[in-house]
Parts: sequence; C-alpha cells; structure tokens
Amino acid sequence: MSDIIRRDPRAEWIARNRLHPLHAAMQPAQQSWMGPNGVMRKNVHGVGFIGPNGIKRIDRSGAQQGGAAKRTAAVDVQLPLHRIAEPAFYINVVPDMVGGRLSSHDRDLLGLARQLAGHDGAVLAVVFGEHKESAFATAGVDRLLVLDGSEFDGYSPEQRVQGLRAVDNQFNPRHWLLPDSRSGGGELGRRFAASLKERPATRVWQVKDEQCIGRAGAGQQDVARPVPRLILAAVECAEPVSDTRHEVLPVELSTTLARSLPRIEDLGAVAVDPAAIPMAEAEFIFSGGNGVKDWALFHQTAAALGATEGASRVAVDDGFMARDRQVGASGTWVTARVYVAVGISGAIQHLQGIGACDKVVAINLDPGCDMIKRADLSVIGESAAILQALIVAVDTYRNGAKRDAA
Amino acid sequence: MTTNVISLVSIGAHPTSGRARRAEQDARAVELGLQLAGDKLQVLHAGNIQEPTLRSYLGMGLPQLHVLEQPAGADALPVLSDYLRDAGAQVVLTGSQAETGEGSGMLPFLLAEQLGWPLIVGLAQVESIDGGVAHVLQALPRGQRRRLKVRLPFLATVDNAAPKPRQSAYGPAQRGELAAHEVEIEEDELFTGAVLQPAKPRPKRLKVIKAKSGADRMKAATAKASGGGGQVLKGLSPEAGAEAILKLLIEEGVVR
Repeated sequence: MSDIIRRDPRAEWIARNRLHPLHAAMQPAQQSWMGPNGVMRKNVHGVGFIGPNGIKRIDRSGAQQGGAAKRTAAVDVQLPLHRIAEPAFYINVVPDMVGGRLSSHDRDLLGLARQLAGHDGAVLAVVFGEHKESAFATAGVDRLLVLDGSEFDGYSPEQRVQGLRAVDNQFNPRHWLLPDSRSGGGELGRRFAASLKERPATRVWQVKDEQCIGRAGAGQQDVARPVPRLILAAVECAEPVSDTRHEVLPVELSTTLARSLPRIEDLGAVAVDPAAIPMAEAEFIFSGGNGVKDWALFHQTAAALGATEGASRVAVDDGFMARDRQVGASGTWVTARVYVAVGISGAIQHLQGIGACDKVVAINLDPGCDMIKRADLSVIGESAAILQALIVAVDTYRNGAKRDAA
Repeated sequence: MTTNVISLVSIGAHPTSGRARRAEQDARAVELGLQLAGDKLQVLHAGNIQEPTLRSYLGMGLPQLHVLEQPAGADALPVLSDYLRDAGAQVVLTGSQAETGEGSGMLPFLLAEQLGWPLIVGLAQVESIDGGVAHVLQALPRGQRRRLKVRLPFLATVDNAAPKPRQSAYGPAQRGELAAHEVEIEEDELFTGAVLQPAKPRPKRLKVIKAKSGADRMKAATAKASGGGGQVLKGLSPEAGAEAILKLLIEEGVVR
C-alpha cells in the first residue's frame, strides 16, 4: 500500500448529494462559530483539503465540499498487547544497550526471555544509566528497571554487579539472561555469576525442553545441560519478539544501593592510531577509489578525520593503496559503523563488502552511480574541493571545541 | 623493582585438527608476563604433567614450569586459589577462556572472587606499575583502548589484543624443568548433569516475511536490498557539502 493520499470521488459525491443518507456525515468540519464572549472564532487549520500528492489545497470559489477529512491509505498495524497483571515469576534480562539502544543481540536475548516467560512470567529488563531506546514495547519487555546514577557511569563493573545483586534480592527471578558479548555483557554476566556463586551456561545458542546447548572450548564441542539460573547467550539464540506488544511498566528498587569504593578506576578512552586497527573491525573507514586524483590530499583528510583508510579494487590495482586495504568481495568485508566512499562508483563486489555498514556517505561526480543508491548521504561534486573543505571544517570544529573548553 | 608475575597456562586444541597445542591466549599471557617480569616470571599449570605440549611453553624461554598434578576432569579452582594465596603474586595473568573442556571463561572471575582481588578483563598492555598501583590499557571491541588504574595485587585476562607470543624453540623446551606439586583432588560437579558432544553447525536463521497482503509479500520478495532512501546533495558548494558530511560524522560520534 502506498502512502499517497487519494481523493475519494464517492465521498465527494455523497457530500454534494443532499438526499443521500450519509450526507450530514460527509460535511466538512465547522469552520467558524460564536465564542463565549460573542466573538466569531475561526478554525484556520480546517480550511482546505489535502490534494492527491499530499499537498494542501484551498479552494476559495466556494465549490469545495467533502473529502475534508484526511484519510491515510496505510493503516498502522497495532500489534496485540500482551498484558501480565500479576507476574508469577520474573525472567530478568540485562541488555548491552550499545550506544543507548537495543542491539540485535539484545533483541534475540529478549526473544529467548519471552520464550522462557511463557504466559505467566514477566520479562524484566535491567538498564544502567540513560537510554535512547523507544521500542522496548515491541522488543518484548514487560517491566523496565532503570538503574540510574553517577556511580554507573563509565566502566563500573563492580558497582553494576552490586546493582544486579540488589535486583536479585528484590525480584528473585527464575532466570537471569545476559548477552555473551564483548561489549560488556559477557564480562558483567561472569562477574555476577561469580558473586552469586552460580554456575552459568555460557555461549548458549539453543534452549529447548529444559535443556540448553552452548559452545564449549574452542568451538569444537557443544555442552548440553539442564537450564541453569544464569544464562549467557550467544547471538541468534532465539527469534526476536515480533508479533506482540508489551507494557513496559516501570518498576523501581525498594532499597537504596550501597556505594562501594571502586577498586578499578576508569581513566577514560585512549586515542588509538586508526591505521593500526584491523580494517574488518574498524568503526570509521574513509575509502578512496578511481575518482580520487590527489592521493596526498586523501591521506591528509583521513588523518584529519581520524579514520581508518580503505580502497576499492581499482585504487589497489593502480598501486595507490596496499592490497590489504582493499574493501569488497575479494578484499576485506568491513563492519564499520560509518563508511565514507570517495570517488567509488559502487561495483557490486564493493557493495557486498560494505553490506554490514550502518551509515554510508558518498562523494562522487556521477549522480547516477550505484554507490549513491546505497548511500545515506551523497554529495555530488569534485572530490578534491570537497576534501579540502572537509579538512577546513574539521579543523574549525576541533578548534571551536577547544575554545569552548578553555 | 621487579613485579612478581604468575601466568596460568592450559593445554589448547588446534581449531581444525583438534590436536593438542599451546593455547593461543595463554601463550599471550606468558608473553606479556615475560615482558613484565623477564626471567622472574612463574608459569603455573593444573593438570597432567605427562602432557608433552606443556614443553612448548618452556620453549618460550622459561627455566621452569610449575604443575599442580591433577587428573583430567578435576576442578582446578581450589588448588589454584590455594597456590596463589601463598605464592605472593602481585599480578596473575590468564587467557580469557580454555580451548578444551567447558571453556566457560569463568575461572579468572571465580579466582578473583575467592582471592578478593580486582580483575581486569581484556588486558592489552601494562603501562606502568608504581608504588602498588598499576596503569593498564584494556582492549575494547573495534580496536579501541581504555586506560584503567588498579591496585596490586590484581588478576587479568588477556585476549587477542595482547602482544603476539614468541615462537617456541625446541632446545629450551627440552632443557626446561617441569616442577610437580602434590595437591588434593576435587571432582568437578559439572559433568554429572552435562554432556560434551561434537559441535553441531548452528541452524541458519530464515528470513520470515510477515506481510498481510499478497502485494506486500511480492514487494518483499522482489525489492532490491538497497532502497534509495538516502539524501542526495547536488549543486552545492564544496563547503556546504563538507559541512553536511561533517554534521553526520559528528552525529554518529566518529569525529570527536
């Protein structure tokens, strides 16, 4: 179904026909009325109608009738609400919340929790600090507990374990589920398990009939065991929730958390040389292709942005970049969050290599090339001029930030 | 002042052939220990002293390797924590998970809990150890690093971000000494309820299309993966274009 708003000729015909039984219902909303103090009030927003292309039209000839009510063609599908008034038990989930949002790993985990909770149990998500997520309801969260406070800022695993222990005391959940990931969940879950003296099931990829299967050792063996209380689950451990909506009722801790002196002090992130980061796991890649003529300027821009350099096959074949910098089917498949392609037209092999990238920015002369179709933001123009302007813009941005800090 | 460093090692398994080898991450723990303490490094293993692979750790230039003798399937945790409590170590290094057996990666966490020491996960580099306080770099995903300050003694796990282990040489491996220690044996209770089986390939996730109408299903089946939802800026000055790109990079948090 398209989103184009269409005229309804039948509705307009009914509105014109005073003998039609539905005539009254099809009349446009009242345009003016007498206010309480005897002043005439007018609804300026009710004037006109939405035309076929979604543009508002006002017909001042007086002939306009009917079709005034805005009709949208696509109806939002409201998923059925799954309500649990009195949970018989809780399944607690501690999502990673990378960047303040649920990752796909977190959604899989919530799907597994939903499966374990069944009809009577409630899925309780425990989130540390501020979050930006708005889709907890469709991800399958029945209750949400936000542990907020400055003590959870930065790297604070010991304080977080204390928080989880307090949650454990209050809710006494049937299962604890954490993602077995490198972005925090794996570590937090193991610390929590050690502090609870529970033996967790790790790298779990299947939970079925009270049995769970997880990878063991270096991945050559599986270990199957009865489902323990604490589960550290791998990616794709279950299907994410997709056809119900959940309440996301906020709950709170009844006790205040004790603040302990941290034994590990976080001194903050360290600047890393972007060229030393392996391309497959670099977060920000600045990639050049056939359209780049001034390679010295290209390297200078990459250094100014602090990005890892990449290249298309043509640039590598022509000897401008090393072979290990090639992105694409025969080079490296990259997973960058942001990928900037300068002068790359987007051969299918290259587009395959950047399939996992979140945001793609293209700088290109040809507005019809395939890379522009893939990109989230494209700038059409001569790359050298744009790169020069980009270096200047980054410098002014950084200097401005320094001046603000001083 | 040299630091008293102990590295814990285990027997690994080659990922393809499954043959016994020195465990990749444990070898990195030994390498990091050698860089920190030189000849003073103590290396500790709990298990079978007859295992020939143990000598490949000696081949990295160690004069001696301590072995707490245990049969396979025994619990290594109590014997290791007893040994470490009396050994007077300031830094204990381990790999992040074993390559054989359960490989849950819980051992360093449980040891830290029993000894009451802080634990650093994913140690990449020790910057300085000074007056009972260490400054270390922790490896984060995507090649990032974080600086941490921790009081001695502490435990640390290393992963693939730690320095590459040196080669194992045959001569020193044969000359090195394996020092056996008698310890009490405790059975690990995991294998009463759990079974180890050869790894099954994981089922591939199917792409399920939940569409209400036939037209929607047709669209989902035929549409190109990359829909042109992007913003195209045409006919702008280079400055305006660069400004738009920089705005996106700042929003995404990659330009700081």
